[in-house]
Amino acid sequence: MNDFEPKIIAFVCNWCTYAGADLAGTSRIQYPPNVRIVRLMCSGGIDPIYVLKALLQGADGVLIGGCHPGDCHYQSGNFKARRRVAILKKSLERLGLDPDRVWLRWISASEGQLFADTVTEFVKFLKEKGPNPFKTLQAL
Amino acid sequence: MPARIGVYICHCGINIAATVDVEEVVRFAQTLPNVVVARHYTYMCSDPGQALIKQDIEEYKLNRVVVASCSPRMHEPTFRSVVAEKGVNPYQFEMANIREQNSWVHSDVQAATQKAKELVAAAVAKVALLEPLEEREVEITPAALVIGGGIAGLTAALDIAEAGYKVYLVEKEPTVGGRMAQLSRTFPAMEDARHLLAERIKQASSHPNIEILTSSTLREIEGYIGNFKATILRRPRYVRADRCTACGKCAEACVLAGQIPDEFNAGLSRRSAIYLPFAEAYPPVYTVDPQNCLYLKEGKCGEGDTPPCVAACPEGAIDFSQKEEELERKFGVIIVATGFDLFDARLKPELGYGRYPNVITALEFERLASPDGPTGGEIIVNGKKPQSVVFIHCVGSRDKTVGNPYCSRICCMFTAKQALLVKEKLPEAKVTVFYMDVRSFTKGGEEFYDRARGEGVLYRRGSVSEIYRKGDKLIVRADDTLLGRPVEVEADLVVLATGLVPRKETEDVALLLKLARSADGFLAEAHPKLRPVDTASDGIFLAGTCQGPKDIADSVAQARAAASSALMYLIQGKAKVEAVTSKVDPEICSGCGLCEAACAFGALKLDPKRKVMTVNAVLCKGCGACAVACPSKAIQLSHFTPAQTMVMVEALV
Repeated sequence: MNDFEPKIIAFVCNWCTYAGADLAGTSRIQYPPNVRIVRLMCSGGIDPIYVLKALLQGADGVLIGGCHPGDCHYQSGNFKARRRVAILKKSLERLGLDPDRVWLRWISASEGQLFADTVTEFVKFLKEKGPNPFKTLQAL
Repeated sequence: MPARIGVYICHCGINIAATVDVEEVVRFAQTLPNVVVARHYTYMCSDPGQALIKQDIEEYKLNRVVVASCSPRMHEPTFRSVVAEKGVNPYQFEMANIREQNSWVHSDVQAATQKAKELVAAAVAKVALLEPLEEREVEITPAALVIGGGIAGLTAALDIAEAGYKVYLVEKEPTVGGRMAQLSRTFPAMEDARHLLAERIKQASSHPNIEILTSSTLREIEGYIGNFKATILRRPRYVRADRCTACGKCAEACVLAGQIPDEFNAGLSRRSAIYLPFAEAYPPVYTVDPQNCLYLKEGKCGEGDTPPCVAACPEGAIDFSQKEEELERKFGVIIVATGFDLFDARLKPELGYGRYPNVITALEFERLASPDGPTGGEIIVNGKKPQSVVFIHCVGSRDKTVGNPYCSRICCMFTAKQALLVKEKLPEAKVTVFYMDVRSFTKGGEEFYDRARGEGVLYRRGSVSEIYRKGDKLIVRADDTLLGRPVEVEADLVVLATGLVPRKETEDVALLLKLARSADGFLAEAHPKLRPVDTASDGIFLAGTCQGPKDIADSVAQARAAASSALMYLIQGKAKVEAVTSKVDPEICSGCGLCEAACAFGALKLDPKRKVMTVNAVLCKGCGACAVACPSKAIQLSHFTPAQTMVMVEALV
């Protein structure tokens, strides 16, 4: 299991977390190459079906990144995301999916270090947790 | 038309190519569906790089393009205009970020190359599904609304008016002037604040392009950049502006004369229920305070049927039959200049404000030091000239215990000014300042602080733990952090450098205009570095302290920046609005209204006839919250549809 490299799909908002990830880049802050970023305009525009799709497809973790509460470019999108993720996590359990594989984090445009740290921490967490069982189901 | 995609992998010199095997990525891209041509080049953004794309569009009849290079936040506009030049819709272009989010943050060539391939595959999958979009243009009504008539609002209004555009200046109070009218002198030049302001008020009030609406508040604002409409509520003054000569006989006759705390003098003096806020007030028309006027409250005042003020007015200017008016104004841009409130020093009970009359706020000191103040500019407290004055910095600023972690930026400098004023007016007085750090913002600030120390003001580093009374003196107890021990200083007067907090109406303004606030509660700018006077809403700009604490110079600078930003739209007469907006499929929409509730911008309205939702594309900011709320996916955010996102996920996992 030591050579297991988890795959993380990150759905991030254009204004805060995507810009934060860019800042990690311009600051050359290194983090594991396990994350794939999908840019959306706002965390409030992240449809829970995207998260489901990623997990059912076999992603080991899903990171949702938005602006800090009160800082949303669209005023309240991150609050919508927060509620949707809370409900989604409950539904995941019922579907037999592990809600701990979904992380919601507020990362601002000035927090490149936090973005890198979050990915590093998530990769470590998922390595301990092991692969998403749906990955093997897909193979069947 | 089937998708014909060109894919371009940028080396960015060695920035990408040193970590990503670009040739390998090209070979991979060539195998992807709909890809007609894939290439790599040293710098895609350079002229030869751009020429490569243009040439291929012609040669291979490309209708979509993917560039894998830096962040789209960097070069998306560049490449969009490149493809548009050759007739490809700029929205049928996609970028894969393989620099900031790949080569710069990873060092393993194999892993970075694999990641680059997947990011390219996702971009190719998405671009194949992208629809062409058109940027829309709206006309700009050639007028501006300025909210707030302080120094920032007056300055912004004047700049726009001077450029030849109409300005509606709305002020909640009965006069313009704002906080600056209450100040004695300015730092660091020690100029008379009243004199500087009076000049501005005179220019603005006599400008033919400026309509000043005092005693007025915004009830409603609708519309969008270029086409705003406001309903403004103007409260009656109960005094006819065309007759009042500001002689003041009404105020003398008022039965409440000398009984109502005068807010202009920070409560240090008392006024009548009919009053002129200050000598240079504009308009120079007396106003009745409806909260206190007996005639308005009880329908009767004085002995006879005629209230004493009416009887005293030689011009017959007082008119109690005036009613509240609703005015409508149309304009293309908005400047918000609503100012600040002072921190309530009562929230720091250990400092004794409100308990000891000789503990006062900085604003109260300003009134004491002003020639038009309650003491005629003499520093007199409890009928005596203080011999020992203590100033305390950071009251309500840099203080997490009261929820204000931020620095108010102006207090260090105004305290130095006030300390110098004490030295000027009472040369014998001992002046002590307790500070945490001295932050001498503003040009000439550090020299000004040096001057205060040079003139004998004693600066002691330490926070004040308590103020208590001993006889007729106050004892200020503090930890002197340089001496490393507690100290006690005797004082006849303590002045608290009260910090700046968001005006209490800020929340209403934010809700009315749909503006965001930053963590400190002030209105949020669009970008802290690059767009400091813009808001996230197009056509709305911020000026002065509504955006955060700042001094007069910075408020004026920001006001002029806001005015020029607004003028860019007014002069062009038109503006481009967001092409990425939500779209409704009327075949699927059931008119349930869930999306309408999710929209923070009022961009969605139900068509009552057809029972389907409609999108006002100009109001829509393109966040996509509505699309997630829709149970049947009848409303979707163009350029970020579920289908376009799902294919990316498929390519990436």
